[in-house]
Amino acid sequence: MTDESGSNRRPETGAFFQRDRTWHPPVLTPNYKSSVLRSPQKAPLPFDNTLSEIAGPVFGHAMLGKLDADLIHNFARPGESALGERIIVHGRVLDERGVGVPGALLEFWQANAGGRYRHKKDGYLAPLDPNFGGCGRAITGEDGGYAFRTVKPGPYPWPNGPNDWRPSHIHFSVFGHGFAQRLITQMYFEGDPLIWHCPIVRGIPDKAAVETLIATLDMQATIPFDARGYKFDIVLRGRRASLFENRLEGN
Amino acid sequence: MAQSLSRLKESPSQTAGPYVHIGLTPNFCGISGVYAADLGATMVNDKTKGERIGLKIRVLDGTSTPLKDALIEIWQADADGLYNSPAELRGAADPNFQGWGRCPTDMETGLCDFETIKPGRVPYQDGRLMAPHVSLWIVARGINIGLQTRLYFSDEAQANAQDPILALIEHRVRVPTLIAERQDNTYVFDVHLQGDKETVFFDS
Repeated sequence: MTDESGSNRRPETGAFFQRDRTWHPPVLTPNYKSSVLRSPQKAPLPFDNTLSEIAGPVFGHAMLGKLDADLIHNFARPGESALGERIIVHGRVLDERGVGVPGALLEFWQANAGGRYRHKKDGYLAPLDPNFGGCGRAITGEDGGYAFRTVKPGPYPWPNGPNDWRPSHIHFSVFGHGFAQRLITQMYFEGDPLIWHCPIVRGIPDKAAVETLIATLDMQATIPFDARGYKFDIVLRGRRASLFENRLEGN
Repeated sequence: MAQSLSRLKESPSQTAGPYVHIGLTPNFCGISGVYAADLGATMVNDKTKGERIGLKIRVLDGTSTPLKDALIEIWQADADGLYNSPAELRGAADPNFQGWGRCPTDMETGLCDFETIKPGRVPYQDGRLMAPHVSLWIVARGINIGLQTRLYFSDEAQANAQDPILALIEHRVRVPTLIAERQDNTYVFDVHLQGDKETVFFDS
């Protein structure tokens, strides 16, 4: 069986490594107030993955438009571009074994340079940028690599505590190869002092885990006189080799 | 000292936030012209095999108020119980059915309306058949890590009674929280995040 890319790689069918729920933020983080009424109070039901969790949808490169990974231009009027610090965000999607994840769909969204989202529920007084929509997507290559171009988002205030400000961040949604790898997270920027004040960030118990969400300034990925580079790698759940798995009937 | 396992740690999850639509369903929130259509908005076409059904799903918070800023993704097998995925080794799934869909909750009513087909049965690890089910993944403001659960069907009582996952639920009174009620060709399913009717969520 060959996959869509035409490679001879055998599809992997092993179960995913169990999630370390002491590394992720717990469901209830009261200082992030919205979590209080939206967090389950009963323990989740644990079980080893079945095919329903191991399998997952595939997205081909054919779905991508030319400007999908260029937020500076994908909403801009012809000949114009978004306002703000021009940056390139690049990195790899890996799994916990350190293996690149090819064909992973990444979707990103963010506020504009002033911290304003193009969303009718965002009433912040900083203005919209007529040339910035705030969404983009990419599919990783054979080595798990991806890149996109955007402007650095600004921090913004939010009604949590009386004076809470989100650090600059880009939201990431990631599909690996199985539905149980599905992940949404946020990327922060190296050196931003707001990171350590943020109740959403601080929902993550371990400082070392927070640091894995901070993108590094990468001067080697910078395009001189154009855009600075930031490197952000994402790690998805690893998976067991399927050599010793219980066989499905008929296999 | 023994050898190091030298594994990486999974990237920690963060909430999708209230503006998840910008990235995942931009047309739904008025950002048009970037993508032709929102991904996952259409699951079936006129060639898709199987019984057409609707799923009407809501997500309710600890005060039973519907979330109006949540987003639900569903993943399911085709009518013959085959997944459209490289990990499916038992045969080729219906090419007219990807098996994956995405729906934001309506900003006024909190309702997600999926148009799909009823899935066939998929085997558990030991070969026993699981009851027909749809896997759900739910994100929203206030949800720090995407919630996994399943939707089973009220008119599959016999299969549900033999389902190996439903059988793992110690408190049997909670089993009905995973069963959607059939009304004509539509199944109605409320996901309760908290309280007496709290839905069973998975760690799998």
